[in-house]
Amino acid sequence: MEVKQISLFLENKKGRLWEALNVLAKAKINIRALSIADTSDFGILRLIVPEPEKAKKALEKNNFTVRENDVIAVGVSDKPGGLAEILKILTDADINVEYMYAFVEKSGQKAIVVLRTDSISKGKKALKQAGVTVLSAQQVYSL
Amino acid sequence: MIWDKQAECMRIKERQALQLERLKAIVRRAYKNVPYYKKRFDELKIKPSDIKNLSDIRKLPFTTKTDLREGYPFGLFAVPRKEIVEVHTSSGTTGKPTVSGYTRKDIEIWGEVVARALTMCGATKDDIIQNGYGYGLFTGGLGIHYGAQRIGATVVPVSAGQTKRHLDIMQDFGSTILTCTPSYALYLTEAVAEAGINIKKLKLKAGCFGAEMWTDRMRDEIEKRFHLLALNIYGLTEIIGPGVAQECEQKNGLHIFEDHFYPEVVSPDTLEPLPDGEKGELVLTTLTRDGMPMIRFRTRDITALRREPCKCGRTLVRMDRITGRTDDMLKIRGVLIFPYQIEKALLEVKGVEPHYQIIVTRPQHLDEIEVQVETSKKLFSDEIKGLEEIRKKIEKHIENSIGLRVKVTLVEPKTLPRSEGKAKRVIDKRQL
Repeated sequence: MEVKQISLFLENKKGRLWEALNVLAKAKINIRALSIADTSDFGILRLIVPEPEKAKKALEKNNFTVRENDVIAVGVSDKPGGLAEILKILTDADINVEYMYAFVEKSGQKAIVVLRTDSISKGKKALKQAGVTVLSAQQVYSL
Repeated sequence: MIWDKQAECMRIKERQALQLERLKAIVRRAYKNVPYYKKRFDELKIKPSDIKNLSDIRKLPFTTKTDLREGYPFGLFAVPRKEIVEVHTSSGTTGKPTVSGYTRKDIEIWGEVVARALTMCGATKDDIIQNGYGYGLFTGGLGIHYGAQRIGATVVPVSAGQTKRHLDIMQDFGSTILTCTPSYALYLTEAVAEAGINIKKLKLKAGCFGAEMWTDRMRDEIEKRFHLLALNIYGLTEIIGPGVAQECEQKNGLHIFEDHFYPEVVSPDTLEPLPDGEKGELVLTTLTRDGMPMIRFRTRDITALRREPCKCGRTLVRMDRITGRTDDMLKIRGVLIFPYQIEKALLEVKGVEPHYQIIVTRPQHLDEIEVQVETSKKLFSDEIKGLEEIRKKIEKHIENSIGLRVKVTLVEPKTLPRSEGKAKRVIDKRQL
């Protein structure tokens, strides 16, 4: 199963981010990773949560525009050059990265990088061929 | 189906004779009984006897909302106040409200014309009409009510708002016809979807929507979501209320009940009458109203008249869907724009919801238009690039249609005000 990411549209208004996170808190949904992309008028909040369907439903019920899509999660050794290596593989394979964000797993051994490439399947294939650990949805959700 | 075949399918020559006879009578009565009209006629040196043909109506003075305000409250009544059995007023959003008075006969005529309108929507005795127009001073609620009763249908006076009640009644009573403003109808479709109601289980077959401007695109959306036939009704408090004109199932304009309301279209600039088919301001004269005759009332609504025969068999003249109001016209950097034009362009972009607001500002001596659009699920992308592209696409499309650059802002769904009456689409913040 692919790793699912939930993204939602946020107007650039005071308290809006809190409202979104509060919905998740009330639905007892833990957040594994998140990133925010912003422009002057609006932002996109992207989240990795263990129960994407449940999170989506809760947010939609509260009038948020939500989208679910596949992303790639890879484990990167937590040392200088770790991330650069991964990006080199994708560059060599001529694969464009739309966006990415990273977080460190609790044990601190590895960093987890969430990637959105123009084609998820091609990105995954290139990384696997180069011997990179591509994490399953289960592995990511249970971090 | 046709409610009053004799009146609605009358031979044109015959109807013109009837109109002339009625016009002469109402002008005589207005002159005799309403000091305001007498004064205006005298100023123009016109006597009621000068009306010899229908085209002589052009000699008569126009009546405007301002004139009605000056006569506030009862100055334009043509009968003693005790003959008036009901009054309504306009919303009064632009100043003192205007008062409309009805004799018992006027109320009967009102019921009759609304019965014609509802019949055009397919209403019969067997129908349950769920009335979502506001009851009260606003003419919408009671106007539809009288028409429904005339037909003998079962009318449910839910009034405006009370969405939950509307949903319950729609399901439990099995309402077959919905009457409300088109923006509220659209709002109800959302509420139905949110409540998880199965549209197929509803019995709605038609909707009689009006009291505000709307577009064919909005019609398509309502019809698609509600699985019903959505038809346009037109009217205004000063003339009678709803029931001045109604669209038939051919959907090619609204038949004006011209045996009661005589229509003209004039140029908003010169006030000269325009030929059929040309857009201008609609001017109406009541031909049968006793309580408060209106002579050449300037409606401010922009439309065109069409006289080609209609397939429905009615010989009544048709007017186009209202496409603007002369007092809504926005002058942006010297260009005349109707909010309707922006809406039309906006809704042509795939995935755009018919919820928007136009904000006009003048930050540095130059007018700017901002169009706020709700981000629908269809529009949303997880990438900034994707959202920016959609924003630019909408901007470009509006610019191509109206010839002016606008700024489009995406806002969150359900954040723009939903109206239960007339939707407020334009906010003009310019300090002129």
